[in-house]
Amino acid sequence: MTWLARAVADVERDPETVHALFPRAARDGGPGARVELLRALAKAGPEPAEAVTRLYWQGDASERLDILRALPDLDLGPAALPLVHDALRTNDTRLVAAALGPYGSAWLDDHAFRQGVLKCVFMSVPLASVEGLDRRFDEELRRMLADFAAERRAAGRPVPPDVLERL
Amino acid sequence: MRIFDPHVHMTSRTTDDYERMYAAGVRAIVEPAFWLGQPRTNVGSFLDYFDALLGWEPYRAAQYGIRHHCTLALNPKEANDPRCLGVLEELPRYLLKDSVVAVGETGYDSMTQEEERVFEAQLALAEEHGLPVLVHTPHRDKAAGTRRTLDVVKGIDPGKVLVDHLNELTVGMVHEAGCWMGFSIYPDTKMDPDRMVAILKEYGTERMIVNSAADWGRSDVLKTREVGEAMLAAGFTDDDVDQVLWRNPVAFYGQSGRLVLDDVESGGDYEGNTILRGTR
Repeated sequence: MTWLARAVADVERDPETVHALFPRAARDGGPGARVELLRALAKAGPEPAEAVTRLYWQGDASERLDILRALPDLDLGPAALPLVHDALRTNDTRLVAAALGPYGSAWLDDHAFRQGVLKCVFMSVPLASVEGLDRRFDEELRRMLADFAAERRAAGRPVPPDVLERL
Repeated sequence: MRIFDPHVHMTSRTTDDYERMYAAGVRAIVEPAFWLGQPRTNVGSFLDYFDALLGWEPYRAAQYGIRHHCTLALNPKEANDPRCLGVLEELPRYLLKDSVVAVGETGYDSMTQEEERVFEAQLALAEEHGLPVLVHTPHRDKAAGTRRTLDVVKGIDPGKVLVDHLNELTVGMVHEAGCWMGFSIYPDTKMDPDRMVAILKEYGTERMIVNSAADWGRSDVLKTREVGEAMLAAGFTDDDVDQVLWRNPVAFYGQSGRLVLDDVESGGDYEGNTILRGTR
């Protein structure tokens, strides 16, 4: 039995074990191991959203990134939105980009989504990585990007091409 | 010259330092948890600090091509404040993290009973988690403190113990005990590059580890490089320098099984991240 198979069995039997297994899953179980544990947790746990939330708050940057990326597969409804808001408050481009993946795009309200997109522009995260941007693009976001472009031009600095495309 | 700085407090340094370190050949560092100059008064303050050592700081280092690992512990100075002792209960979950490569800094500051209790508890945690230990030796009454330190670590495999901040008067006993020997090279206290070279001539290059221990005080992140240059000027070979400034710290922290250096050695992006472009 591999480390991962044992760990998944442990989490299915006792969801509480995930807190000791998840932090070491990548080095002991391989690259996809964290996602496997999250899936097992989402199925097994009585309160999967609470458990995933605790894993996130106790996680390092890499664990948090894997949790954000796995959210669309975990069927938690809007319960994990506080994690997305946390990631959007960071200054880590990987976390910000992951926050605007399929889960964030599905559940963030318009104001938070627009602020997230603008933050991507400020952090040089390509807009192509923002899930559902076409679907969620609106007049207010267009205005915000246009104001950003005006500010850049006034400073004599270039406007990124993926912003220009949207104006 | 490739350099691994095994003890540097980057939280207290600017991005200019990261740029200068990279230019000097530093490709990997270990940042031990320590005190911040201003004493902390509660456990949460430590947890945010540990989270920064596992999140923001490695990310910041990666922007400058430097791989960041850390060691975590309740440091000796703050071990004396009962308000901070709850850190010991939180440490086990932190010691599971991928980029934690040792328990530390632990050891003595004022040689109190409280420090000794925390030191012993953290040695036990290191054993439980299969981690080596970075041991701080006191700046005051150093020789007596180092002797007492060696008594406390006696039951542990000396190959898993790095006794830090040594000098001419304390290196001998640590050499004899079989532990790794750490030296902090400072602009005007602790050790300087020429005295370091003299110690290397006397004791050889095995189990010898050199760090800048740069922090918020007067210190210099390029002191490791200066030691390498002083070694070459004194007739040591490139291979000797590589042993002291790279292979020795890699061997010591590598005992954790968690040291990841392939990304810096291949010059690739941190965690395959290629989305960075332009200004931060």
